[in-house]
Amino acid sequence: MKMLYFAWLKTKTGVSEESVTPPAEVTKVSELLAWQQARGPAFADAFADLTALRVAVNQEYAGPDDQVAADDEIAFFPPVTGG
Amino acid sequence: MIKVQREDFDVGRELAQLTGGNHKIGGVTLFVGLVRDMADNAEISAMTLEHYPGMTEKQLEKINEEAQRRWPLEASLIIHRYGRLEPGEQIVLVATASPHRQAAFEACHFLIDWLKTKAPFWKLEETPDGGHWVDARDSDNTAADRWRLEEPQSD
Repeated sequence: MKMLYFAWLKTKTGVSEESVTPPAEVTKVSELLAWQQARGPAFADAFADLTALRVAVNQEYAGPDDQVAADDEIAFFPPVTGG
Repeated sequence: MIKVQREDFDVGRELAQLTGGNHKIGGVTLFVGLVRDMADNAEISAMTLEHYPGMTEKQLEKINEEAQRRWPLEASLIIHRYGRLEPGEQIVLVATASPHRQAAFEACHFLIDWLKTKAPFWKLEETPDGGHWVDARDSDNTAADRWRLEEPQSD
């Protein structure tokens, strides 16, 4: 699974891009977020407030119940501030 | 058309390219966003716009298609820059061209409101206290939401 981090999610985790293999029981965005929170202090901090977080699966906005699979590109970022 | 680029843009040239040869166009609305030197009482020396290559283009295309679907546009253009920008520099251009002005005005307003809440860009401001990620504003969501409620007129 390819993971991307933007803005302060990147600063807090210290990662911009990585390839990871979450356990097989992680099949939804909400489960992936819970798994991320348990990956150590930096990830726990970055993923502490899920209301401040947006998730995209294969470059489309995703909600907690959306499916995730091994060959997906998942991105984590704060609410956008362009324009 | 969508352009995501580091370079600056020339509004006059973009306008000429957008409308050139199409004499059905009766009016064009342009919105240009600029970098300010103040935000929340902090002085800003520069800002860096980060984006998500791939998703940015995809989301801007979707927003642009939605505008084309809702209003009778002859042409539309979104240019959004990324990278480090200083106060006074151009960040974004939205241009909409239509036979009549109302569609051009409404579609331009819709595009800038929607891209502010959907296009994956993030602003890092440089202030005397260091770098600061800009927080999303509720007022931007409210501005975007009003386009969910209002059905535009067709002309």
